Amino acid sequence: MASPIIELADVAKTFESRAGATEALRAVSLTIEAGEFVSIIGPSGCGKSSLLRIVGDLVEPTAGVVRVKGKNAHQARLDRDYGIVFQTPVLYEWRTVLDNIRLPLELAGRPRAEREQRPRALLRLVGLQDFAGHHPWQLSGGMQQRVSIARALALNPSILLMDEPFGALDEMTRERLNQELLQVCAETTATALFVTHSIAEAVFLSSRIVVMSPRPGTIDRVVTVDLPRPRTDKTRALPRFFELVTEVRQSLREDAGLAGKPARPGGSGP
Amino acid sequence: MRLAREYAPAALVLVAGLLAWEAVVYVFSIQFYLLPAPNVIVQSLRETYPLLVEAGLYTFTEAVIGFALGCGGGILAAMAASTSPGFAGLVLPYAVASASVPIIALAPLAIVWFGVEQGSKIAIVVLMTFFPTFVSTLRGLTSVTPQSLELMQSYAATERQIFLKTRLPHSLPMMFTALRACATLAMIGAVVSEFFGGPVKSLGVYIKSTAALFQTRQAWSAILVACALGLLFYFAVVLAERLAMPWHFERREH
Repeated sequence: MASPIIELADVAKTFESRAGATEALRAVSLTIEAGEFVSIIGPSGCGKSSLLRIVGDLVEPTAGVVRVKGKNAHQARLDRDYGIVFQTPVLYEWRTVLDNIRLPLELAGRPRAEREQRPRALLRLVGLQDFAGHHPWQLSGGMQQRVSIARALALNPSILLMDEPFGALDEMTRERLNQELLQVCAETTATALFVTHSIAEAVFLSSRIVVMSPRPGTIDRVVTVDLPRPRTDKTRALPRFFELVTEVRQSLREDAGLAGKPARPGGSGP
Repeated sequence: MRLAREYAPAALVLVAGLLAWEAVVYVFSIQFYLLPAPNVIVQSLRETYPLLVEAGLYTFTEAVIGFALGCGGGILAAMAASTSPGFAGLVLPYAVASASVPIIALAPLAIVWFGVEQGSKIAIVVLMTFFPTFVSTLRGLTSVTPQSLELMQSYAATERQIFLKTRLPHSLPMMFTALRACATLAMIGAVVSEFFGGPVKSLGVYIKSTAALFQTRQAWSAILVACALGLLFYFAVVLAERLAMPWHFERREH
């Protein structure tokens, strides 16, 4: 954990529409080290999805600097440094599970041998080797999201961008996939940026949690999660787990003005 | 076997319908020039068979060429329009509105422009099939979800890759819905344009002239040939659809 892989400096985003300008993000600065698992949490409208898209060069910031692996975000995208997972799996129904995972390898023009072997290895990684020839609609929501994660890992990206990937799943499936995601991440060297609205999920997964407040979106505070790894079901029962959940919840309450205290100014990492 | 079970009830309805038709004609002693019984039509079909095949092929050729040009042009135009959202927005309202224009009304003018032979009929069929195919294909190509596009962008996909791997496969179901409708439209367009003039050995002219002479059974046997060709055309498109996107049907049957 030495070199910063993602650096955001004074990033701002204002969306222009006929109804007027909406300030989605203001003065967001954040540094993420390689190998970290960083969650962004906050109420809806706090710009957390916009922040993720700015890092991934899917949305351009109005102001500020985004550096990814020492490059600008645009170059990082062209270099295919990102793997992305959305709230919906976004699988192509005309492709089998295996062919869906193969898509990034095709787009990058990878050699034939890799296009054949890599998707099978990834299917094993997410435990779906028996479903290679299935089509997406034959899979449950949780399985579809596992395929989506496998696809995101296809090009061995340095950065995994996840936008509420388990938001649409039931609690049990979500907890199981949280566990699996950590195992999958342990086998790659990818840095993860994870948007969520579940406090427990953020605490369980992350090395750091970025708490954001809305209108305009700013970083309110950054909570370092010092829970031991590997994290298992037992982690969820630790007193420290509850303390951290409470700490994050408290921060979110302050955002909403429920604690009556002014929000702290945005800051960078610890 | 499954196919037989699926279509058996429909086949029974057809047989029952024909029997009822036959019975009604005899029970109420309906004159054959008003409504010939099915067996009379079949008999007439057997007698005029060679002529009807020739006329049928003439008309069918118009429908198929018109369909190929109209639908092919519609697909190509939609592909071109999909690359420019501004242009697509400009022409789409007119293309949609064209659905309410009775293009068949242009048939007499088409004869003035393209002659009394196949050219004028093909022109009508092209006009009738172009717009529905254009509209549906364009909708299919442009209704890709924003996430699908973000996914492709996140992998630095080129416009060409986005088109081939996302837009085109996504558009196929809508494109084929239009093609199926156009197969039917093409046959209607060809037969009805012939009512306004054409060679004797074409289905439209044959139906019109025999009906005018109260040779109802001959007219009916020609209508039967037109129906058979229309169905043949429709099912050929359905077959192509199944071959082009097997996943779509697996899903429906799932």
